[in-house]
Amino acid sequence: MSELMTVLKKNVREYGMYIALAAIMAVFTILSKGIFISSRNIANLLNQTGYIAVLAVGMTLVIVIRHIDLSVGFLSGFLGAIAAIALTQWNWPLWLTILFVLALGVVAGLLTALPVASLGIPAFVASLAGWLIYRGALMLVTAATGTIIIPNEAFNAIGNGYIPDILASETFLPGVHKTTLLLGAIAIVFTIFGQIADRKRKIQYKFEVSSSGLFAAQLIFISVIIGFITWILAGYNGLSWTIVIMLAVVLVYDFITRRTVLGRHIYAVGGNPEAAELSGIRVKNITFVVFASMGFLAALSGILFTARLKSATPQAGTLFEMDAIASAYIGGVSAAGGVGSISGSLIGALVYMSLMNGMNLLGTDISLQYIIRGLVLLLAVIFDVMTRKQKA
Amino acid sequence: MNDNILEMRHITKTFPGVRALNDVNFAVRRGEIHCLVGENGAGKSTLMKVLSGVYPHNEFEGEIILNGKKVAFDGIHDSEEAGVGIIYQELALVPEMTVYENIMLGHEIRRGITVDVHEMIKKAEELLKRVRLSINPTAKIKDLGIGKKQLVEIAKALSRNVSLLILDEPTATLNEDDCENLLDIIRMLKMQGVTSIMISHKLREVLSIAETITVLRDGQTICTLDRRNDEVNEQVLIKHMVGRSIENIYPPRISKPEETISLEVKNWNAFDPKLGRKVLNNVNFYVRKGEVVGLSGLVGSGRTELARSLFGNPDKYEISGDLILKGKKQRFSHPSQAIKAGLAYATEDRKANGLILIKSIQENISLANLQGVSKNGLINEELDKQTALGFVDSLSIKTPGIHQLVMNLSGGNQQKVSVAKWLFVEPDVLIFDEPTRGIDVGAKYEIYNIINDLVAKGMSILMISSELPEILGMSDRIYVVANGTITGELDAKSATQEAIMRLATQY
Repeated sequence: MSELMTVLKKNVREYGMYIALAAIMAVFTILSKGIFISSRNIANLLNQTGYIAVLAVGMTLVIVIRHIDLSVGFLSGFLGAIAAIALTQWNWPLWLTILFVLALGVVAGLLTALPVASLGIPAFVASLAGWLIYRGALMLVTAATGTIIIPNEAFNAIGNGYIPDILASETFLPGVHKTTLLLGAIAIVFTIFGQIADRKRKIQYKFEVSSSGLFAAQLIFISVIIGFITWILAGYNGLSWTIVIMLAVVLVYDFITRRTVLGRHIYAVGGNPEAAELSGIRVKNITFVVFASMGFLAALSGILFTARLKSATPQAGTLFEMDAIASAYIGGVSAAGGVGSISGSLIGALVYMSLMNGMNLLGTDISLQYIIRGLVLLLAVIFDVMTRKQKA
Repeated sequence: MNDNILEMRHITKTFPGVRALNDVNFAVRRGEIHCLVGENGAGKSTLMKVLSGVYPHNEFEGEIILNGKKVAFDGIHDSEEAGVGIIYQELALVPEMTVYENIMLGHEIRRGITVDVHEMIKKAEELLKRVRLSINPTAKIKDLGIGKKQLVEIAKALSRNVSLLILDEPTATLNEDDCENLLDIIRMLKMQGVTSIMISHKLREVLSIAETITVLRDGQTICTLDRRNDEVNEQVLIKHMVGRSIENIYPPRISKPEETISLEVKNWNAFDPKLGRKVLNNVNFYVRKGEVVGLSGLVGSGRTELARSLFGNPDKYEISGDLILKGKKQRFSHPSQAIKAGLAYATEDRKANGLILIKSIQENISLANLQGVSKNGLINEELDKQTALGFVDSLSIKTPGIHQLVMNLSGGNQQKVSVAKWLFVEPDVLIFDEPTRGIDVGAKYEIYNIINDLVAKGMSILMISSELPEILGMSDRIYVVANGTITGELDAKSATQEAIMRLATQY
């Protein structure tokens, strides 16, 4: 037990977010008399989180290298509208539309990075210009038609559809999405084996590891969490395409940041740009890459949101950038650079969207909702700063 | 009866691990111009920071008597109040503000709740007249040359009614004419009753202006020379400044340099467009395989500028000349190219631009050579750990583990991480800027042993150092830099500290 306490104390920063998320969910579950934790609502919550989480992942890296990108909200709105136009007016096939929009996102990101990396213009200003430009562009392309309704079912499924249940059965567990359960089980197995392999290697290198008892407890805890979420989702329609895409983005970015040379370079540039430059890292190129990834994810976010609404509106994307920034900060990213994780930002986005979803369920007045979200953001950042100080 | 405006008695100031000042006594007569000289790190600037309150009175031992009264300053504000003005080498002016705003900064003249612009400009004009500077008080600081900025800084000090003016290397960045002008101003202020303490490395200038000279060495007062009684010349000063024997802290080197030349630099010039002046002027030197070449020179002489201009030129100087590495003419436009070609540079300030303090030992060691631990852009975590563990072992880096953040290590161990980082690159030539700055004697000895091992394996090392004993103890050959050019080449066996100092103070 005392070991558990020391482990908790040591990692209070990382665990803090998970605890906060669990607490928020528990409170809403009680206040809503269980509606919050229902299969339907959790599926809804995760689908809502998708387009913000995707942005938060990109924003995390932008903040890690000590910049900011304000343009991504309206950029995703604008690119969503482009997707709608390509599908409905140009009659492009779905695959071409998606590739085109994602490519446009990359180009937009590179354009934002150009003045930042080449001329040293503050990203705040450069991306504020982008904010204005894309807002205007969005109004321009929707001016003639107003809201563009998208009749393409395949496209709309990205935001509303669920993966098919290839293991459907009327006799075994009726009403439960078996494929989702299977995927959940696979995830649990992979997690357990991955953790055990990691621990073995740590022991081999004589690194400090937690006692086998605590380790087993940790494994059981993680497995139960994954199993629980899977069970809840399987009880409704199973995994949605949005959740699949969001998880894929998180896994890929988590891998890039932790396992690749590019990831090391990004965090080195954030940690000390001058030392990075003198270690042979091309800081300018890293800046371009990170903003291009942001643009790419803004495009993806635009597709998710547009598909979810089954239409493109002249207001799409309003304030998304602020939600993404708030999520990243709640997730523990530091404006001083070099610190912040992808998984943290996912949790940050979940905390932020849980608040929104929960308060909507309870019928909380929208004005109060904003105030509470503001306070939670402030608390999260204060907690982050305090625990950081404690460690130093 | 002596009339001392200032007496500092038994001043001792320690930093973690270093005793910067050790029982220093320092007295200044009223109305004189008193120069403070000594090697880099002798404690001159520290002593002046003690005096001006940068280090509050509870952070050092000893007492300060100003105008016959014991004083205890808690900050610069207190010392200013008492009539002490200090002008740092890096000027403390706001470039985007006007001359008069800068002069009156923090002491604005008010009229009601607003500032009285006219009165302030009038006051600034008077002060500018006192330093014989005829510029418009509403001009912006950023539009002035460095010499004029320095005079504005003095005018600013005068606005506080200083009776004791401290100038920390005021002429280090000035050209001949501006230097002369500044010295004239200091002499004129003396007529107006201002006492001046000036820190300077330029001995000729010291001899032309000082009435009294105090020499500091290793945080101790060596002597105070009164020009009225004592015969003082450059030789005498240099002897006092360096006068110590090289202790036996340099491990002997068995290996001999080979004949092959690894690095040669010819007619190397660099112009800094940001400063608008030439920082390097026709530099020529070479380093043999397996040789340690010492690059000596005072702070600001252009040593670091030289290193950085060779190592991919991150400061974007305009460069001309030849850089020949392993017999091949090269011109690098980014540090990554220099590293690839076999040239590495360990920076003088490991905290500011050498290491990433918030990252682990493991991440820092492989940072400059991630290709070495990765395949197709994927990091081989095992190999990365093995590499870090290998260096922690071979350089005996004291740490609980390779995941330790570099910020939690001691200076010596941080320096070893920096060394490990560059060793992993396996360079042919390593430029080592201040290899032992701010680390204790034991760690120094280990660093020296590492240097010996490296040259024995055929690496060439260009060692930049401010410490003359280190230069003499570790080098095979020595170049001395002053004013952006090489003023002499010495063989380490026959070189003396005096000879180096003479070349380093040659302008």
